[in-house]
Amino acid sequence: MYAQQQYQPPMMSSADSDAYTGKSAETRHLKPGELSTGTTIMAVQFDKGVVLAADSRVSTGAYVANRASDKIAQLHDHIWCCRSGSAADTQALTDYVRHFLAQLAVETGRLPEVKVAAHLMRKLCYENKDNLMAGVIIGGWDPVSGGSVFNIPLGGACIPMPFALGGSGSTFIYGLVDSDFKENMTKDEALALCAKAVSHAMARDGSSGGVIRTCVATAEGNEREMIPGNKLPYGPAGW
Amino acid sequence: MASSGSGYDLSSSTFSPDGRIFQVEYAHKAVENAGTALGLRCSDGVVLAVEKPLITKMLVKETTGRRVHTVDEYAGVAITGFVSDGRQIVNRAREEASNYDETYGTKIPPRTLANRLSAYVHYFTLHGALRPFGCSTLIAAYDPATKHHSLHMVEPSGVTYEYYGAAAGRGRQPARTEMEKLAINPKQVAASGDGEGTLITCAEAVKQLAKIIYSLHDEAKDKPFELEMSWLCEGSGWKHVGVPKKVIKEATVWAKKEIEEAEGEESEEEDDEMEE
Repeated sequence: MYAQQQYQPPMMSSADSDAYTGKSAETRHLKPGELSTGTTIMAVQFDKGVVLAADSRVSTGAYVANRASDKIAQLHDHIWCCRSGSAADTQALTDYVRHFLAQLAVETGRLPEVKVAAHLMRKLCYENKDNLMAGVIIGGWDPVSGGSVFNIPLGGACIPMPFALGGSGSTFIYGLVDSDFKENMTKDEALALCAKAVSHAMARDGSSGGVIRTCVATAEGNEREMIPGNKLPYGPAGW
Repeated sequence: MASSGSGYDLSSSTFSPDGRIFQVEYAHKAVENAGTALGLRCSDGVVLAVEKPLITKMLVKETTGRRVHTVDEYAGVAITGFVSDGRQIVNRAREEASNYDETYGTKIPPRTLANRLSAYVHYFTLHGALRPFGCSTLIAAYDPATKHHSLHMVEPSGVTYEYYGAAAGRGRQPARTEMEKLAINPKQVAASGDGEGTLITCAEAVKQLAKIIYSLHDEAKDKPFELEMSWLCEGSGWKHVGVPKKVIKEATVWAKKEIEEAEGEESEEEDDEMEE
């Protein structure tokens, strides 16, 4: 006869407790001093392309290392990428994907598809998942599929979505964007949704803040804009 | 041959003084004596056809020594020349297609596949330790991204072009002349005022290619052969598949009848001349 195993309540010692560190799941594994884009990022499909938006705060723990950074990186003519996680890792990743897309465009003599950019990014993220801290959203326009958005979260999955949210601030705005999102919005509607959602996240999330940077990618090209911190649709300026 | 004995034909890494590479030219010769391979780009797809000589009557002919191979879902190749050399190219083509899909998550564009294969074939003309391929390759492929289908041919020198109609092997010259008469060039068809609608279809091309291959074959002189055909068209969901046996059989019957009738007319004409 085996002895019946007794139920033991979980120990709450100081050594292995989930003590509050002020860090989110995204930033917990950062090395001391590593720059994090503790972040709010999003991308939204609309009728003619994609809108990408991001806050601008870069932090090391509680210290804001950069309050006006640009977390939206260009991968190709009409393909963009919102970065979250380790700033170093996501910069290196976007550099690689940009390089591979440029090579591919030269070899095939045509514009690369957004899904190819997403596939390359997810391959890098998946194969190096043990060494990376990167959650990115890829969005853009291509002649085959039009506007498309891909979410590539921490483990290296790749999920096509009509809209995607990411970063520590995203948890505060899922309900808002779920209820406000519509298929086939106009560019202005999509931009307004992004500005509203990201400003709400910046108000609640301590590691998101600064300005909102946006990018609209369509067949015609790209439009980059910035909403300063005192002109946000929601936030301290309007309270 | 003028080149032999000069010493300039011993290696593909040596130019002759007048700028030729004899080893590559010999490789071309190897293809020139092999079974005829034809490819036709039609309005609704691409058709490949190869004359496979049957070396003995004991061959299990449908399945052995194939000349037409599927490379990827939407790509196939026909080879002629040294078939074993061709198999190497087929393997490489499959590798390239699969690698591209793995890396980029999309199907390899036909032009890229052709360029990569041609780089591979060309590499074998650069080194003294290697022998060029004694094999020409016809590539039929469809691009799901652009919805275009195309036909390319890679030659032993590593040169590649895109064609409306391509021919390699023994009967290539007369075959080209015959194919030029078919409605395969959209610009010419448009200029003749018939419009895009009258471009040749795959169903028609199967018959015409069968006719060309059978008409180039001299039953008294040449070995018996099997006609191998494949297509990649709207009807096959743009997948590269063998033309159904029944369709090949019908095309063969039609082709033989056409050839017989043409010969009949010819001999009648001869008779007329005799009477005069």
